[in-house]
Amino acid sequence: MTAAVAAPAEPGRRRFSVVLFLLPILLLNAVVFFWPIVNLFKMSFIRIEGTGALTNDTTLANWAEMLTDSFYAELLWESVSTSVMITLLTLVLSYPIALYLHRSTGLWRTILLVLVISPLLTSAVVRTYGWIAILADGGMINSILAGIGLPPQRLIFNKLGVVVGLTEILMPYMILALLAGFGKLDHRLEEAAATLGARPWKSFVRVVLPLSLPGILLGCLLTFVLAVSSFITPKLLGGGRVFLLATEIYDQAIVTLNWPRAATLSIIILVVFGLALAVYARTTRE
Amino acid sequence: MDERPIPLALKLVALGCFVFLLAPVVIVLPLSFSGDTFMAFPPGSWSTRWYGAIFAHRQMVEAFFVSVALASVVMILSIAIALPAAFALVRLKPRGHDFLFSLFTAPLLLPTIVLGLAILIIFAGLGLLGTWSGLLLAHLVITIPYALRVLATSLQNLSIDIELAAATLGARPLTVFRRITLPLMLPGVAATAALCFLVSFDEVVLSLFMTGPQISTLPVQMFHHVETRADPLVAALSVLLVSFTLLIVIVVDRSIGLGKAFIK
Repeated sequence: MTAAVAAPAEPGRRRFSVVLFLLPILLLNAVVFFWPIVNLFKMSFIRIEGTGALTNDTTLANWAEMLTDSFYAELLWESVSTSVMITLLTLVLSYPIALYLHRSTGLWRTILLVLVISPLLTSAVVRTYGWIAILADGGMINSILAGIGLPPQRLIFNKLGVVVGLTEILMPYMILALLAGFGKLDHRLEEAAATLGARPWKSFVRVVLPLSLPGILLGCLLTFVLAVSSFITPKLLGGGRVFLLATEIYDQAIVTLNWPRAATLSIIILVVFGLALAVYARTTRE
Repeated sequence: MDERPIPLALKLVALGCFVFLLAPVVIVLPLSFSGDTFMAFPPGSWSTRWYGAIFAHRQMVEAFFVSVALASVVMILSIAIALPAAFALVRLKPRGHDFLFSLFTAPLLLPTIVLGLAILIIFAGLGLLGTWSGLLLAHLVITIPYALRVLATSLQNLSIDIELAAATLGARPLTVFRRITLPLMLPGVAATAALCFLVSFDEVVLSLFMTGPQISTLPVQMFHHVETRADPLVAALSVLLVSFTLLIVIVVDRSIGLGKAFIK
């Protein structure tokens, strides 16, 4: 009843308005979203000639290549295991910040919240560049090492650099997910635990941690999914020596120009997404 | 409200994590005043030469203007397309409006690397690669879901009673929207504008697939610069960009309140 208020009263004109208002967004999504995605699936079954020319023939060769060539199995394993490592590290480093934010109040809390959100509004290129300045051969950490007489360490253009950079870049997402989870945490429960004689550490492990589990799971899903599909940071901090699914898609699409292979790898990323979501759904249901 | 004191151990651990989180953004500031030819920290000498170098870098300056123009057009078109859609889905509630809403925000669920590749393949056939229109269309796909979400939320939070009253008093639907609904949802529209501008201005991955030698955006130029050379130019540029972003955030905060715009 109330819905009809600002709209023409007659159903015919109302239907006309709905179509008119939704037409631009429908057209845009049809041309620049639905069609490209459907086409991407088709592309993974297109045969490519030795010269790199696309044909009109369909083939299962791209998929067979993924399943038989051990390079792709390794690529998938590298991507997933690195992302799991990044996710756990992000959780460990974000939890104290989220807990502290949850406990703090007033202006101080607002300032800290802005500090957490502001990296989200800063380009990934800028933050990755900052990590290069910290980790490079002439960077901050190696200057400190040299200052105290220790040998220089190789910290970028390897997996370590990628893990450190991505962990920091994904922390704001994890912190926000954890904070949302903490919303349900009532401090009176902790007080009750203390009154009943629980030491602070024990009340943390037995009360706070279990209650924040939904936030932890959501944050981990988000971080994992973003880590698997990240491209800018692995490309710049990996310096072409760290091979992950996302960087390989870009190389195949732009450098090697093998679109069918890039499309097949893209669908593998989507399958990894789907599996992560399924694991998340199962864990939260229990 | 939690009145208990925060344990010292938690304070120290949280401080350490905060230092880690902010380190890469903070380190860029001293580095931007380096006088060295190559990136080294701490810099061997100090100067403002790299700020001058930005303005002498023709491609960077051109890319900056492309990015600002692109983000402005993306911002306007996003609102022009998402506002009627939000109105239709929230106020007219056609059958399946929940499904349509999920459908229109679906591009945000896909990784941009996959979306970028999918659009690249289609645009290559249409001759849209390395063109203005190609960049514009690609950016709209990811800004419109944000716009739709923020605008729909701001419309939902609006009490329908005033609109009802105006309609009862004989105002036509368009008048109700123009005189009542739109002014009331202005904070939401302003937040949407800021968000769309920043998302477009910062977008790297989609732009990397769409740009070519003919046209490039600032983040893409910065990406290629960092990929190929290690000098403090990008540090100086980063300081300017972070200040620019902060300025937009402060303007939004001053005019409508950040909390109102993003959190509610």
